[in-house]
Amino acid sequence: MSKSANILLAGFGGQGILFAGKVIAYAGLMDGMEVSWLPSYGPEMRGGTANCSVCLSSTPIGSPQVVTPDVLVAMNLPSLDKFVDAVVPGGIILVDSSLIDKKVERTDVKTIYIPATKIAEDSGFKGMANMIMVGKLFSEIKFCSEESLDKGILKSVPPKKEKLIDSNRGAVKVGIES
Amino acid sequence: MSERVLMKGNEALAEAAISAGCRHFFGYPITPQTEVAAYMAKRMPKVGGTYLQAESEVSAINMVLGASSAGARVMTSSSSPGISLKSEGISYLAGSDLPALIINVQRAGPGLGGIQPSQADYWQATRSTGHGDFHILVLAPSTVQEMVDLVADAFDLGDKYRMPVMILSDGMLGQMMEPVSLPEKAVESLPEKPWATNGHKNQRKHNVINSLYINPPELETLLHERYKKYDHINKTEQRAEEYLTDDADLIIVAYGASSRVSRSAIDMARAEGIKVGMIRPITLWPYPVDYIEKNVNHVNSFLCVEMSMGQMVDDVRLAVNGRKPVSFFGRTGGIIPTPIEVLNEIKKIAGGI
Repeated sequence: MSKSANILLAGFGGQGILFAGKVIAYAGLMDGMEVSWLPSYGPEMRGGTANCSVCLSSTPIGSPQVVTPDVLVAMNLPSLDKFVDAVVPGGIILVDSSLIDKKVERTDVKTIYIPATKIAEDSGFKGMANMIMVGKLFSEIKFCSEESLDKGILKSVPPKKEKLIDSNRGAVKVGIES
Repeated sequence: MSERVLMKGNEALAEAAISAGCRHFFGYPITPQTEVAAYMAKRMPKVGGTYLQAESEVSAINMVLGASSAGARVMTSSSSPGISLKSEGISYLAGSDLPALIINVQRAGPGLGGIQPSQADYWQATRSTGHGDFHILVLAPSTVQEMVDLVADAFDLGDKYRMPVMILSDGMLGQMMEPVSLPEKAVESLPEKPWATNGHKNQRKHNVINSLYINPPELETLLHERYKKYDHINKTEQRAEEYLTDDADLIIVAYGASSRVSRSAIDMARAEGIKVGMIRPITLWPYPVDYIEKNVNHVNSFLCVEMSMGQMVDDVRLAVNGRKPVSFFGRTGGIIPTPIEVLNEIKKIAGGI
């Protein structure tokens, strides 16, 4: 079931990019994989782009920086523009089409357009487009078992925000089914 | 081992320090180290310890000196510019034969430089963390797990040899999350420190902690004694990890973050049939010259990979001592090299020097 993948998530600060990456990494860990999570940090995050490298692998992870992603999750236009050419041929690009009008011109990658921000709002999970994307990514590449994904959510939500567990689960489910 | 959890390097290191019996932390915030201090601020009061944010790095390191004089297991952490500010205090610690743990989560320099990961403080850590004739022990983790595992060792080594110990990390290792097993049992008893200047109700002679020696012959004798200790450490405390060195024609020497990038590059090169391996120093002082010595005869050359303009390469050259070519590849200024860049360098060398 497990699959190695180098995933790059990118968007605006505040969209939950780092959290989405953490859920994926934790789900991979729960599945018994080696994982790493590397955030962008510093002024780059404030008002600009936030991005996060997640590596899932069956062997120890060398460089945790994802330079050539197998999967790019783009949640704003600057991020798509910045990373679109870095995706490996045959890779996958997930685009939040509620926020990005542009179409990907590359034909050697699989591009999936999903209006995640709108879907989140319409389904009662406003602000959880990140989790819609995690769900969609899961249904695309099955980077772990369903059980591990759920554990990943449980582990990633801090105890103080326990009440958000169910909505995160709900948003992921909507993402899987959309 | 305990269950593996995902933690940032900075936070895992802080928790490991508490497990190792550290109850005194004096620091000052600076990116990309701040999570160490923030974690300590949260945890120390819960374990009956002291967390104090000083008004400056200079102040923090002198509080460390005071606590260490009183026999406490004490630490501070900072990032590059902050370590420069602490350097005076580190020299005083060394001159007073005091143990203390100092964390440097390196960022790019010189000056304020930048906040992205770097390894450009190698010379500072291993050559001149302050003025005067002295060394500190320098340990270099390359994973979040090793950030944890080296902490207790660092405190123990510092106590054993009565000298400051630095963990030389970087912004990548500090900020990234990886699965980590934290120590299951906290350290319960710490070594006796009969030299400490704590209260004794006139039951013994006063201890004195001092680094001032006005009489030159007295200071020279003391330094000779201290250097016997350094010689002993050089012989007995070297640590490094070897990766695929046995049949290697080319050996990369890299530590910390750049060793991870190199490892990825080595795996790619091996897949193409290029025989390349790695020596990853875990102690930067003492430098693991024995590991170079062991391999120097069977390899064709060495390649040093760093996130700097080339600093550790000096130590590789000293160890190789002209017997084989030593080349250098690095990115600096806060840029992490990519595995492809290192692979290209490997190919350049493997294809004929």
